[in-house]
Amino acid sequence: MAYLQLKNIHKRFDDVHVIRGVDLDIRQGEFIVFVGPSGCGKSTLLRLIAGLEHITSGGLTLDGRDITHMPSGQRDLAMVFQSYALYPHMSVYDNMSFALKLAKVPKDQIRRKVAHAAEQLKLTPYLQRTPRELSGGQRQRVAIGRAIVRAPKVFLFDEPLSNLDAALRGNTRVEIHKLHVELGATSIYVTHDQVEAMTLADRVVVFKDGVIEQVGTPLELYDRPANRFVAQFIGMPSMNLVAADAIPAFSARSDGRLPVNGFLGVRPEGLHVHAAEGGEPGRVELIEALGADTLIHVEVGGVPLIARQNERTPLRVGDAVRVELDPTQLHLFDAQGQAIAHPETVS
Amino acid sequence: MPPNPWFTTLRTLGAWAAALLLFFPLGWLFLTAFKTELQAIAVPPLFVFEPTLENFGEVQRRSDYLLYARNSLITSVASTVIGLLIAAPAAYSMAFFRTKRTRDILMWMLSTKMMPAVGALLPIYVLAQTAGLLDSLSALTLVFTLSNLPIMVWMLYSSYKDIPNEILEAARMDGANLWAEFRHVVLPLSVGGLASTGLLCLVLAWNESFWALNLTSAKAGTLATLIASYSSPEGLFWAKLSAASLMAIAPIVVFGWFSQKQLVQGLTFGAVK
Repeated sequence: MAYLQLKNIHKRFDDVHVIRGVDLDIRQGEFIVFVGPSGCGKSTLLRLIAGLEHITSGGLTLDGRDITHMPSGQRDLAMVFQSYALYPHMSVYDNMSFALKLAKVPKDQIRRKVAHAAEQLKLTPYLQRTPRELSGGQRQRVAIGRAIVRAPKVFLFDEPLSNLDAALRGNTRVEIHKLHVELGATSIYVTHDQVEAMTLADRVVVFKDGVIEQVGTPLELYDRPANRFVAQFIGMPSMNLVAADAIPAFSARSDGRLPVNGFLGVRPEGLHVHAAEGGEPGRVELIEALGADTLIHVEVGGVPLIARQNERTPLRVGDAVRVELDPTQLHLFDAQGQAIAHPETVS
Repeated sequence: MPPNPWFTTLRTLGAWAAALLLFFPLGWLFLTAFKTELQAIAVPPLFVFEPTLENFGEVQRRSDYLLYARNSLITSVASTVIGLLIAAPAAYSMAFFRTKRTRDILMWMLSTKMMPAVGALLPIYVLAQTAGLLDSLSALTLVFTLSNLPIMVWMLYSSYKDIPNEILEAARMDGANLWAEFRHVVLPLSVGGLASTGLLCLVLAWNESFWALNLTSAKAGTLATLIASYSSPEGLFWAKLSAASLMAIAPIVVFGWFSQKQLVQGLTFGAVK
């Protein structure tokens, strides 16, 4: 049964239709990640759930309670903001206890809850400091701590790691993941970083132009994207997309299931580049050696493609090569960009 | 490029000259207040003389300095407090609940300050007269409040604008209602802005003379009217006029001196995030 249910949610800002009919059921304890390009409405949807913006039409229920028009403070949600949004004039302790104080929780209980959360987040030595005396990572942990002490029904994260540097982002991501496992709390996490989406999510929701493109586990989205947009949005580097008539030899591998004006997709690891015989002739345009794997940019029949392999390559830019494609890793899309189900992947 | 020593010297001299020029009238007023009337008009002017406190006693005897001082105090403090009570929520709504018209309203409020006060003299005088409020502290307080309100709203508006909206949203998520949000978050974060706004308006109201001269006389007159009363048809008494002026400005100068730090802090509060 759905714990948090979004029913046909719409949001308009004056003439701009930002959220255009979103239906989504979130189960208790799930970690849901909203991804999409900037301006796709993912943050707006989070703010609608939080009650920071009014829902134009549609309904929102949490644990059986209609919260569509309820003020933020009564929804029993906690939010972690991108800019941390800590109260600059309060100590870490006061920041974390503010909500409990407003809710008139007895003082000794507040002290216990804050102490517990501070311990979980390794903030105990900093409880008397003000936010400006903390580093970015510590501030982010306070923001998370402020949410934890309230034990809300749902945690909302609005791009919480985007203000941190790369190394810290990785660490904090792992901490958030551990915390989620530990608390088992329902969470909604907005990000444009697909590594965060893939590693944190139980289910990922991909948005584009205010509508949901696909909902699924990270690997479902990777292995069975519902359309061209999701196929290209998930995965780094993006899936290679080739028009049906661009490389006939590749299209022939679809056993005739690819429509004439459709598209053929193959992930970089589904392409094999080598100097030997077999496959289509191509030319190496660029080589990106990343250490663990190597990206080889090749051109086949005027179409730029990217191949990924685990081995290092002896190839050089400009080399004439052969490019082969793994027929088990084909993705087929019709002219509208919708995926055509693969016989073997349909279960 | 190393600074040219000539340029530095010239700049220093220029700065001192400008500062002395600005300070001279005030310094001269200070000296004159401690002279006798004869010494005050002596030619060549006296710089060294035996100071006397005679003028101060004379001013108190002749025109009850304390009454005027009390009126100044009441009107400036009351108008500042009332003004803050109105301006704080007004600026709050404009800063955090913007509409398409917010900018226009702010500009309109400011535009009222561009009209010369004398343009509103007749209607306000007649209003005060009809209401039986001529020469009353309440009319003066009201006028001071209203004339300072645009500046107060503007100053508070800009100090609120420095508070990131997300902090208020965080407070809302934490369960704060409007009052709790204001009391626990906005107020502590804008206390510098509130203080400097209050101080500025206190000074403006204390120094105000146009409305004080036109709406009051003996009963509700402020220190501005006291000073004015010393330039009388009987002739100018420079020493007494200086003494009265000094007594009128002294409280606010001393007050300003002590609150300087808060004032500067308040004006730069938003700069340090």
